[in-house]
Amino acid sequence: MITIALSKGRIFEETKPLLAAAGIVPNEDPETSRKLIIGTNHEDVRLIIVRASDVPTYVRYGAADMGIAGKDVLDEQDLQGVYQPLDLQIARCKMMVAVREGFDYQACLRSGARLKVATKYVKTARQHFAAKGMHVDLIKLYGSMELAPLVGLADAIVDLVSTGGTLKANHLVAVEHVADVSSYLVVNQASFKLNKNLIQPMMDAFAQAVKNRSNA
Amino acid sequence: MMHRWLLPEHIEDILPAEAGQIEQWRRQLIDLFAVHGYQFVIPPMMEYVESLTTGVGRDLDLATFKVVDQLTGRLMGVRADITPQAARIDAHLLNQQGVTRLCYAGNVLRTLPDGAMQTREPIQVGAELFGHAGVEGDIEIQTLMVKALRLLGRQDILVDFSHVGIFATLLEKSQLLEADKQALQEALQVKDASRVKAILNNTDAGTRTAILSLLELNGDISVLQEAEKRLPKISNISQALSDMRVAANALVQLGVKVCVDLSEQRGYQYHSGMLFSAYVPGCAGALALGGRYDSVGQVFGRARSATGFSLDMRGLLQFAQTAVHLDAILAPFDIQDKELQQTIDALRQKGEVVIVDLPGHAEHRDELACKRQLVKQSGKWGVIPL
Repeated sequence: MITIALSKGRIFEETKPLLAAAGIVPNEDPETSRKLIIGTNHEDVRLIIVRASDVPTYVRYGAADMGIAGKDVLDEQDLQGVYQPLDLQIARCKMMVAVREGFDYQACLRSGARLKVATKYVKTARQHFAAKGMHVDLIKLYGSMELAPLVGLADAIVDLVSTGGTLKANHLVAVEHVADVSSYLVVNQASFKLNKNLIQPMMDAFAQAVKNRSNA
Repeated sequence: MMHRWLLPEHIEDILPAEAGQIEQWRRQLIDLFAVHGYQFVIPPMMEYVESLTTGVGRDLDLATFKVVDQLTGRLMGVRADITPQAARIDAHLLNQQGVTRLCYAGNVLRTLPDGAMQTREPIQVGAELFGHAGVEGDIEIQTLMVKALRLLGRQDILVDFSHVGIFATLLEKSQLLEADKQALQEALQVKDASRVKAILNNTDAGTRTAILSLLELNGDISVLQEAEKRLPKISNISQALSDMRVAANALVQLGVKVCVDLSEQRGYQYHSGMLFSAYVPGCAGALALGGRYDSVGQVFGRARSATGFSLDMRGLLQFAQTAVHLDAILAPFDIQDKELQQTIDALRQKGEVVIVDLPGHAEHRDELACKRQLVKQSGKWGVIPL
């Protein structure tokens, strides 16, 4: 039995075609069903519906054999024992540093000022600023990061940007690229070795589907 | 308020049923190692950090708890791994010229939770073989690992083979910066193909193709043949592949399932050659692991070929028979009765558990979980059901 951990919403929608390419069709739609374990047309494949940020945890402890999670989520966690073999190139966006319009980020950099940065992605932000040799005070938030610079909670934010609409609506500008983000297939280490006969064909089908889509 | 009986995170008591199981396993394993000629050593819980962490890489340094020695003012560390201690004993104390075989069992401490059990205090049992560079040494250690796991009741073992030497050889040719090498190794370990590609963007095509192919070279033993075709013809690499084939075939002979994964870099930074780890269904991580570490002895005076394996007995607990069946005999308290005392001693000598019913605890007798009792019938002490 192979258990695949997925989150509802965008990732699930964009994963469905990949699953279909591997011949796997979920028996129910998680958006309408309240079930957390969803069977598929394969009796040895099932899906579990978890929060996006919990996907790596389920995979790491072997509660799920594989899962699909954004690079933003993966980079925040200790991934001992989790393989990330395939960039599925879905749910793509960018991790950016953004500031209030009119705030001179570059001048702050040059003067060596200590910035207050609000973010959900503390580990990623810490690594990014440390690599630049910048001193920052990180403020962990769980959502609506865009608000922080507007009410004086922080000078800058580190957040995911896909269209830039939210930034614009709140008079913020992206000033620095931190990382490109897309969703990855993650696989439990022991499961990868013990269930290779089941997992490898699925991985190959996913890889082929990703390739076909980018060629199309 | 903090409860004073609360233990720190990832630190736990092992209670009677499981502790009994662990002690039984420990004895069985040390006995197994002993009949294979492995001498038991008891290295200290603590040493000066220099001897614990020099030459074994930064990862082990970070994993080591440190305290200041009040006698000297020097920094001491609590061991996070017994293997380097065994290497120190072999290189610096025993000084044998030929092959030395050592085994050990003891608790280690890790600053961060580790392994499938996420514990900070693994109970490490292992065996190390020093002084033999050839693949015969690897085979001896791997066979011993399989025997150990089988002794503990695991028949369905899968052994995964890898070799850090192959990646190291390719890395040398890549002319990457030190920081990029580190990043590349991490990316390879998690099989992050797109990151590996990104890091190798500016290296020559041959090296790039070779390192990328490591990501695909995993599967059954036939992968080794494919690796020979796809990897550059360098003597180090050919030797590594041929050693792995010989070792893997030896395990196949023992009826063990074998797989190969050339991108696997797990293990400590001190590992230098063939790596292997044992997996069983139902366990989210490796149960036992080991590998070759030929350069650790260097800092203790002499470089010695070395290979070994160890396992964390806590990791095996999930497979323990939880309810240890205590089939004890309840005996009355009477030190005046010589005959009773002799009967009890005789039973205990045969290995029976005899618990003396101290006066005043009659109402809690069922806590002792005795199934039988000693009673005097027609002038003779005998065992009857309770």
